[in-house]
Amino acid sequence: MTYNLSNLLYLITIATFVLALRFLSNPAQARRGNQIGAAGMVLAIVVTWVKVGSTSWWAIAIAMLIGGAFGAVAARKVRMTAMPQMVALFNGVGGGAAALIALAELHRVLPLPGAPKVDISLGIVLSALIGSISFAGSMVAFAKLQELIGGRPITYTGQQFVNGALFVGGLGCAIALVAGVQVEWLLWITIAASLAFGVLFVLPIGGADMPVVISLLNAFTGLAVALGGFELQNNVLIVAGMLVGASGTLLTLMMARAMNRSVANVLFGAFGQVSESAAAVAAGDGGTVRSATAEDVAVMLAYAHKVVFVPGYGLAVAQAQHDVRQLADLLESKGVEVSYAIHPVAGRMPGHMNVLLAEANVPYPQLKEMDEANPEFSRTDVAVVVGANDVVNPDARNNQGSPIYGMPILNVDDSQTVVVLKRSMNPGFAGIENPLFYNPKTVMLFGDAKESITKLVADVKSL
Amino acid sequence: MSHNTLLVFEVTILVLAIFLGIEVISKVPTLLHTPLMSGTNAIHGVVIVGAMIVLGQPDKSAFTWIVGFAAVVLASANVVGGFVVTDRMLEMFKSRERPRKPDDA
Repeated sequence: MTYNLSNLLYLITIATFVLALRFLSNPAQARRGNQIGAAGMVLAIVVTWVKVGSTSWWAIAIAMLIGGAFGAVAARKVRMTAMPQMVALFNGVGGGAAALIALAELHRVLPLPGAPKVDISLGIVLSALIGSISFAGSMVAFAKLQELIGGRPITYTGQQFVNGALFVGGLGCAIALVAGVQVEWLLWITIAASLAFGVLFVLPIGGADMPVVISLLNAFTGLAVALGGFELQNNVLIVAGMLVGASGTLLTLMMARAMNRSVANVLFGAFGQVSESAAAVAAGDGGTVRSATAEDVAVMLAYAHKVVFVPGYGLAVAQAQHDVRQLADLLESKGVEVSYAIHPVAGRMPGHMNVLLAEANVPYPQLKEMDEANPEFSRTDVAVVVGANDVVNPDARNNQGSPIYGMPILNVDDSQTVVVLKRSMNPGFAGIENPLFYNPKTVMLFGDAKESITKLVADVKSL
Repeated sequence: MSHNTLLVFEVTILVLAIFLGIEVISKVPTLLHTPLMSGTNAIHGVVIVGAMIVLGQPDKSAFTWIVGFAAVVLASANVVGGFVVTDRMLEMFKSRERPRKPDDA
């Protein structure tokens, strides 16, 4: 296949990718868009297959079967609640592939007569650097979300220094390569340092900040792929990679803005390690906590005019989305107005709660974003907080000393009564005390969210 | 086409792609941010094209062989996993409007 023909066909692939993203602006068309994108991907693979010709076709086929089978099985089996770690995993392998391509390309071009052109070597070193960070970072994010390692921030003294040294070291070797030092192992050092940096830079980031991290790593992989396009002089890699890079960056900024923190603060603040002492102090003078039984809460709900559910990561952990939907349906049949208030950073990735509730077939007009939901709380009888904590913490509004001060929150305390479903009085992921629990308007319903809601359903039915 | 001419073209489309990306993504509602993430995730699986080119080189060393093979495995997992996960998610967003109950009218 000629260079021009293959590039024209790649252009079709690029168009399908843009359409796939364009169709995502409408929930009814979004699935169609994804299928169009997948078709474009198949086209790109076929074109490349023909271009590469007969060389090692069977090796390519075997490798694709192994990877494809793993991807298909993992993607089919995963529960909707485990989606964030799956996204992190697939993101990581993409970054890893970009880094490996860079390694192979350097190996190919170095022995060629004359030094490699600067743009080629720049593409190689940067996609190796960014791809490796993305790979290692995503694997740590995966391990954290899968709870293979603790979700709490891990910190030690000199952390920033070690991270900085690794990054500068990796970058230094990369610069030397671009400057014309033709030594292959320099790239090995870059990759090793970037891998270590990727691990160490995600480790200290707490679970509640994961939406920012996952979007950022997504942007990194996109960027690594686009740079790979420069080293291979391939347009489809450049455009598709950069589309992802731009979208991931935008999403990262949106998530950080939703927490009213800078991206740098999220990444390097080791947020949430405050916990123990501060929490203990606050708990001491916090007043009393009212706990209620499921029967009490059932009565409150059944005789309310308007009930708002506020889901958080706890909903995902307890996998209670179907039960919440069932309870909501039951209340609606009794004439109660039901909606859901969704904070932009609730959960572990952007839009996490929307996907969970969609799985339970909650009609999406009932899902209210923060700006839409907040004015509604003042005419809400009962706000039911299911596994959310920081996103409803009034300290973000009132307490300048709080680490989350300034973060826009859902003002559930404007409603008549707040019911908080919670396992125990342990502070949330960020380890910050929540005065909402001591508010006289608040009643706590302790226990596993799924069990509590099942009980509520039974009790509302028996009324 | 000289190397530099090609490079200028590449940089041009790179910059245009940035603006296109921002333009298209900013129209996606928060409701669909998770599918957006996993959809873009699938799109960067296009790295498989590069991996195939590496593994498909004639007269390659054993090193390129191993690295290229690993790259194709990782990239295929990215492509297939990305699109399948996104499809599963979007499927749930599809049949939305609940049939109105007669007494709702």
